[in-house]
Amino acid sequence: MNDGKKLFGVAALFDTPDEILKAAKTVNNAGYKNYDVNTPYPIHGIDKAMKLKSSKLGYVTLFFGFFGASFILFFMWWTLAVNYPLVIGGKPYFPLPAFVPITFEFTVLNAVLSTFIAMIAVVFNLPFNSHPLHDSNYMRNVTSDKYGVVIESEDPQFDENKVNELLRSLGGKNIERIFYPEQKEFKVFQPRFVVFLIIIAIITSVSTYVTLNKLMYLPPFSFMEHQNKGIAQYESTFFYDKREMREPVKGTIARGFIPYAFTGVTDTNEFYSNPLLPTQKVLKLGQEKFLTYCSPCHGNYGEGKSRLRGFFPPGPTLHSARVIGFSDGKIYNIITNGQNGIMPSYAYQTTRDERWAIINYIRVLQRAQNPKPSDFSAISEINKESGNASN
Amino acid sequence: MAIDYSLELAAIEGNPPLKELDEIIIKPMVTKPSRKYQIVLAITTSLLIIGAICIGITFYYGIGMWGNNQPVAWAFDITNFVFWIGIGHAGTLISAILYLLRQQWRNGIARFAEAMTIFAVMCAGIFPIIHTGRPWLAGYLIPYPNQHVMWPNFISPLVWDVFAVSTYFTVSLVFWYVGLIPDFATLRDRTTNKIRKTIYSVFSLGWRNSSRQWQHYEKVYMILAGLATPLVLSVHTVVSWDFAAAIIPGWHSTIFPPYFVAGAIFSGFAMVSTVLIFIRKIFDMEHIITLDHLEKMNKIILLTGSMVGYAYIIEWFMAWYSGSPVELFTTLNRAFGPYAWGYWIMVSCNVFFPQLFWFKKIRRSVPITLVIVILVNVGMWFERFVIIVASLSRDFLPSSWHYYKPTLVDMGILFGSFGLFFTLVLLFARTLPVVSLAEIKSIVPGAQPSHGENQHE
Ligand code: HEC
Repeated sequence: MNDGKKLFGVAALFDTPDEILKAAKTVNNAGYKNYDVNTPYPIHGIDKAMKLKSSKLGYVTLFFGFFGASFILFFMWWTLAVNYPLVIGGKPYFPLPAFVPITFEFTVLNAVLSTFIAMIAVVFNLPFNSHPLHDSNYMRNVTSDKYGVVIESEDPQFDENKVNELLRSLGGKNIERIFYPEQKEFKVFQPRFVVFLIIIAIITSVSTYVTLNKLMYLPPFSFMEHQNKGIAQYESTFFYDKREMREPVKGTIARGFIPYAFTGVTDTNEFYSNPLLPTQKVLKLGQEKFLTYCSPCHGNYGEGKSRLRGFFPPGPTLHSARVIGFSDGKIYNIITNGQNGIMPSYAYQTTRDERWAIINYIRVLQRAQNPKPSDFSAISEINKESGNASN
Repeated sequence: MAIDYSLELAAIEGNPPLKELDEIIIKPMVTKPSRKYQIVLAITTSLLIIGAICIGITFYYGIGMWGNNQPVAWAFDITNFVFWIGIGHAGTLISAILYLLRQQWRNGIARFAEAMTIFAVMCAGIFPIIHTGRPWLAGYLIPYPNQHVMWPNFISPLVWDVFAVSTYFTVSLVFWYVGLIPDFATLRDRTTNKIRKTIYSVFSLGWRNSSRQWQHYEKVYMILAGLATPLVLSVHTVVSWDFAAAIIPGWHSTIFPPYFVAGAIFSGFAMVSTVLIFIRKIFDMEHIITLDHLEKMNKIILLTGSMVGYAYIIEWFMAWYSGSPVELFTTLNRAFGPYAWGYWIMVSCNVFFPQLFWFKKIRRSVPITLVIVILVNVGMWFERFVIIVASLSRDFLPSSWHYYKPTLVDMGILFGSFGLFFTLVLLFARTLPVVSLAEIKSIVPGAQPSHGENQHE
């Protein structure tokens, strides 16, 4: 009868809840540990009869609830106050009351999901469809209308005859021996499985490719690409001069515009002197603007070797004695008005302060090419200081 | 007068043996569908298809296919959203709050109500997504590190809404599924069909009805109910903030959260009643979903209906008491302006008719109940319509006032959502046990040990 199968346990069915309660009590009192009571629905008092400890899953809920709350608060603070601070509706970066709803929702979500997963996967160790009890006559009855006890062979005091007797004396019916299912072995890399994997790989890659490279460029998803608007540098079918880019209406005055009073004067130094001191802040600004606007022609260090060489009339070096000798006002005039029609005017692109900052920066570049002995000692002084500081 | 209030209503009539309960509840799943069922299903799927076509038209041509236009930027879309979310509330109320209150009569209807919650939230979820016009960009609502280095605005009620509704959907689904696991086990062990058996086995996760499992299971069920209770109240509160946080007169009001929650439960119960009246008839479940159930639900409808009526009165009071001419105008405009017809449909359906439930005769009469609950559904839809459209159509700038009229596409999507909802309900009624087998068995007379220790565990 065994067929060499391993015995899992002996099971008995009962008809009424009273009987099962008594059976559970007796089996437990007889000292069995590995036994189970299966009922179609929870029976009141069965946990007491089986002396089960009360469920600890509440702690999981508590922990993950708190974890969820603190995580999402931290997250919202980090995103809206640190990573991309943005004033919204005049509220502070971390408006706690406005974060309450999401904190609450996320707490509940986290608590529920963690409790559910903890119950199913950790406590019950489900899914477990290969359990020996499945597909037994016993199981079919206890999921419908009978109440059952099963005593497992793993119990230290398991003795089949004794167990049979005990169950019979309690009034158990349909006493059934339950065996472990036969283990079936499957090779991992069956040809069918490999083919299946290959097909999955092909389907996912093709569909990803089609979605990202084809589908997203079809209407209506491509709405961003085809818009009824003019794009700079494109030919217009609407304006008479065929330019999409429009010029400001004649006579438009830019905000903050102040007319340049020295047109025609080449050296404005007698009227103007550099209002900015070469502080670190000013030099930083000057450097930024120089690299943006001047370096394409004059080179990154004003050395005259530029990346646009060959496309434009080459910008001369700014380290010539000529330029070193220029007053600040003269360079200002060159930036504002251009020179000889080949050095363009940068009056539109730069504000007045920026022009002065650029000039300060040019002076720094020039000094760097022709340093004075005192500069070296100043540098070694600085190096020493920073060296000390780092020690 | 010696009324014993401690006596519980019997949850089911008669004293059927457990096996028979299984038979009755599982019958719709194993028998061939009747003609009636097929006809109803055909109707609902046609509605569903109409809705799908209308949504397709919307996607292709854009939101211009709808009647929405400034200043009525929200119209049918958000009305339907709030309506369906509201319908969803009854399910969680029945399954969570009544569970915590130990109302055993809930067992007969809880599963169904939970399923309706899930379907209703699915219907609701469609609308905010399609009303953006570019639904494929909805992913930006999820806070993930993207190439724009931008995060959702967690300060906006609309983003709260996303979190509230998606949490609500997930939690309802988990709650529902937890309830279904033991039933899947029962189904797995009953069926002889191989395919069904595989499906049920997968979903039952190998549940064994063991007392060691039941013990944790009951605890978790209670925890979930405890968490779902504040959740369900929060969801419609958050939905109401979508309006209350705006400065439109008629929206900017502190009464909105409780008012919306009461209205949600009201409409939800009405919808549950509507569906159950048909289901108990079609599937011969009159002694599991009993007249007593319907009566109890009618009482809750009466209560929440009165709360909604109270909120309407308070709106009038506040319009006068606030001393704000704009508020007063909005209130008068709702009742006597161009949308007065909507307002009076709402008041009559939500306040007057449910008051008939004071009479026991009417509460226990199935046909009259059916008529009233359908009217309540209509009334609650119009409530949202009045709040949204009537307030928006006449806002602060009289020069931009505009009378909103729905287009055919609007109508199609509204009916489509009903089609989706009822199709899902009908499919559910034939694929899953509509009454929780384990729960209903646990409360038939004699199901619990007679010496009755821990009677109320
Ligand atoms: C489009 C290329 C171009 C850019 C950009 C440009 N320059 Fe020039 N720059 C020239 C050319 C070409 C000359 C020579 C003009 C001439 O021969 O008179 C010149 C001349 C000058 C001179 C006079 C040098 C001399 O020896 O006469 C100064 C000073 C000067 N640029 C400064 C600047 C500054 C500051 C900027 C940035 C705001 C700038 N340039 C941007 C092309 C450019």
